[in-house]
Amino acid sequence: MSEARVGRGQRWWLVIYTGIVLFFLVVPSIIVVPMSFSGSTFLEFPPRTWSLRWYETYVGTAEWRAATLVSLEIACLAVLIAVPTGTAAAYALRASNSAFKGLLAGILVSPTLVPHILIAVGLFFALGPLRLSNTLIGLALAHGMLTLPFVFILVSAGLSNHDMITELAARSLGASRLRAFFTITLPQIKNFVGFAAVIVFITSLDEVILSLFLATGTLSTLTRRMFLSLRDEIDPTIAAISSILIILSIAVVCLFQFWEQGRVAEKHE
Amino acid sequence: MSASADAAVALGSRASTAGALRRDARRERRVLIGLSMPAVALVLVFMVLPVGWLFWLSLFDDSGAVSLVNYVRIFTKQTYLNSFSVTFTVSLTVTLLCIGLGYPVAYLLSELPRRVAGLLMAAVMLPYWTSVLVRTYAWLILLQRSGLINEWAQHLGLISEPLPLANNLTGTVIGMTHIMLPFFILPLYAAMRSIDRIYMTAAASLGASPTRAFWTIFVPLSVQGLAAGSFLVFVLCMGFYVTPAVLGGGRVIMMAQQIERSITLYSNWGAASALGVALLAMTVLVLAIGALIGKLLFRPRGGDR
Repeated sequence: MSEARVGRGQRWWLVIYTGIVLFFLVVPSIIVVPMSFSGSTFLEFPPRTWSLRWYETYVGTAEWRAATLVSLEIACLAVLIAVPTGTAAAYALRASNSAFKGLLAGILVSPTLVPHILIAVGLFFALGPLRLSNTLIGLALAHGMLTLPFVFILVSAGLSNHDMITELAARSLGASRLRAFFTITLPQIKNFVGFAAVIVFITSLDEVILSLFLATGTLSTLTRRMFLSLRDEIDPTIAAISSILIILSIAVVCLFQFWEQGRVAEKHE
Repeated sequence: MSASADAAVALGSRASTAGALRRDARRERRVLIGLSMPAVALVLVFMVLPVGWLFWLSLFDDSGAVSLVNYVRIFTKQTYLNSFSVTFTVSLTVTLLCIGLGYPVAYLLSELPRRVAGLLMAAVMLPYWTSVLVRTYAWLILLQRSGLINEWAQHLGLISEPLPLANNLTGTVIGMTHIMLPFFILPLYAAMRSIDRIYMTAAASLGASPTRAFWTIFVPLSVQGLAAGSFLVFVLCMGFYVTPAVLGGGRVIMMAQQIERSITLYSNWGAASALGVALLAMTVLVLAIGALIGKLLFRPRGGDR
């Protein structure tokens, strides 16, 4: 049926072209994974000898271990900060008919458009007076702010399909707003909140620029350490860490998809 | 009790009900605004305030007197002017490459059955889910002098000398295009999906060749998605830091890096903050141009429906 729109000859070219572009997108994203199992001190593809030596170096180095822990802590804190505040804001703006609605929504999505380097340099100063400079919670709050727009946008999208009248019905039957939200509204938008949490976690884990300016010494995140050692030399240990990050991101997204599909199937039963 | 007294009681209770309702509505509004406050405060304290402070900082010279010397400096000194032009060149090149690579892909995907398209879309989204730093690192391995591409090309006899692919503009543009392409394809694909294919059938039934129908019907209908994707990519490119820093090898200094260098190498906070303000102003300007073009191009016309 598509042949009616695009000529047969052109269609083949289009398919081949698309194949090349998809190759360009996928292969560089995952090629590090097989290379990280190289047994030599160089990164080769395909590796001539296979080994886990770079993973052993990663696990065996105290600095890398500490940086991983810091990154995971900050990512978890960022989720705990961004998801409740972003969800509350999305809910409030959906339910309210305030004249400031547009302005508030504008403020809440603005972190996506301001270049991160500006936020990083600004925070470098601002965290001092707040007594948060070079603290775990300071960087976590910054990451929470940075990822807040994703939560706000996703949960707002979820709420736009949700009829607020059901919550009103619950409240007219005597449920408090809090109870009505948790028993009626939240189950309806669970997927969106969950997906937002996944995005916040991954984004915080991958963030480089803010970490570069705001976390030094023992507070160095994994990506900060990676970035700094990348500029000096090509250390195959980074290939091993990269592979772990790639597999972790893909696994988290796949798990979420799986969970969501399970929920959809449950609903249909 | 008399009827009039009854009525008075009823009236009174109605008045108090109305008052209670009004109070309720007021409390409701306050509760809702209050619920949005933690998020708003987070953005105000951790972004608006710090960035505003940079604005303030940019207005003072080294002695602490109010002056525009920082702005004069960034608009007259060659290093800063270079970083403006590099930023513009890189952003434009990457945007054009995204259009060239992404448009045909989005088109084919929008023509395919949803199930197949969804599967291929996962391939488009895969890079989106992997860290920017990790992908930049992968490109460094692929593109450097002794990297995979040069090694294989030499092995196959395609080239005799390694090509300079990394530590320059070429590497930066390749890496950034790879990172930006999903951001471009996603909105464009969504826009193309929503185009009603009945117009194409109508054009064909009126005798237009598939190619003609594509250029006169489909492309104009997809311009809105194309513009949205292009402006998004351009704006994101302008503030890019990680990829040019790693793949540019110190030769591609975009504005974000110039800001970082001004601080870490020269401790020149005045210039850095002025440069930051200029970067933000340019971002806002590009977004405004995008919104303006959107308004001019896609004004709803009476005869459209």
